Amino acid sequence: MTADTQTHGHPTPKTYALIAVVLTTVTLVEYVIFQLDVGSAILVPVLTVLSVGKFALVCMFYMHLKFDHHVYTRLILTGILLMVGIMFALLTLFFVAHPFNPGG
Amino acid sequence: MSEASSHGHHTSLGVDNRKLGMWIFLASECMLFGSLIFTFLLFRNKGLAGPTPQEVFDINVTTLSTFVLLMSSFSIVLALHSIQSGNMKAFRRWILMTAIGGIVFLGFQTYEFTEFVHLGLGLRASTFATSFFMLTGTHGAHVAIGVIWLLALWFSSLRGGLTVDGALKVDTMALYWHFVDVVWIVIFTVVYLFVYV
Repeated sequence: MTADTQTHGHPTPKTYALIAVVLTTVTLVEYVIFQLDVGSAILVPVLTVLSVGKFALVCMFYMHLKFDHHVYTRLILTGILLMVGIMFALLTLFFVAHPFNPGG
Repeated sequence: MSEASSHGHHTSLGVDNRKLGMWIFLASECMLFGSLIFTFLLFRNKGLAGPTPQEVFDINVTTLSTFVLLMSSFSIVLALHSIQSGNMKAFRRWILMTAIGGIVFLGFQTYEFTEFVHLGLGLRASTFATSFFMLTGTHGAHVAIGVIWLLALWFSSLRGGLTVDGALKVDTMALYWHFVDVVWIVIFTVVYLFVYV
């Protein structure tokens, strides 16, 4: 247990508050980037990175994956990998196996 | 409350089976939401009989509702920390704050859906509308279930049914709530911020 952790090895309220400030700031940055009307070539990668960052922060600190048993991390990663697999299966179904124009 | 009932049964991995069960459930939910998000991406710019996403989305409202949901994640970790520290008064305050955050988020979603319908974007207006309402509606249903769960914990603690020994119940609920939050982080980016892509 580090100096920054206490109950069950989880972070302190101070760390939780810091994460909340970061999440709010990143959301505001996303909003500003959206309003700037930059091209898709910049918008998509930047917003994707910011979104993944927020996702990771919540999972690691609020869901305690950084501090809890690794089996939880493996479980959720398995779910995410299966989700990616489903996406590829749908892609194949819609555009390769049965070329189809959804909605006409 | 006995040791067994307050802490559940531990698996051979040394983790509580109830918490493990919640993580398995959340892993399966990834597949559900992944399918809905991908279906939305397939249909969003196809067969636009009604208003387009660019015409109806109000990014100001959605950013505000996103902020509310993020803050509710913050309040529930404080609720968990409070019950683990034995501070039941603070726990009740934070769990109620979280439930209110969820209700406010649902209010924003109701407002958004009502506005869309007034603009002619009903559930069956287009493939975009159907996939959009399916995705955000499923997420909203998860938030609603979470709010009921939060209020049940709050009432239970008021009546003395939930004590410091029941921290794992709050931990499990918090995992569900954070998952609903991270799913919204993805939806906010993919559905709303990528609207012009």
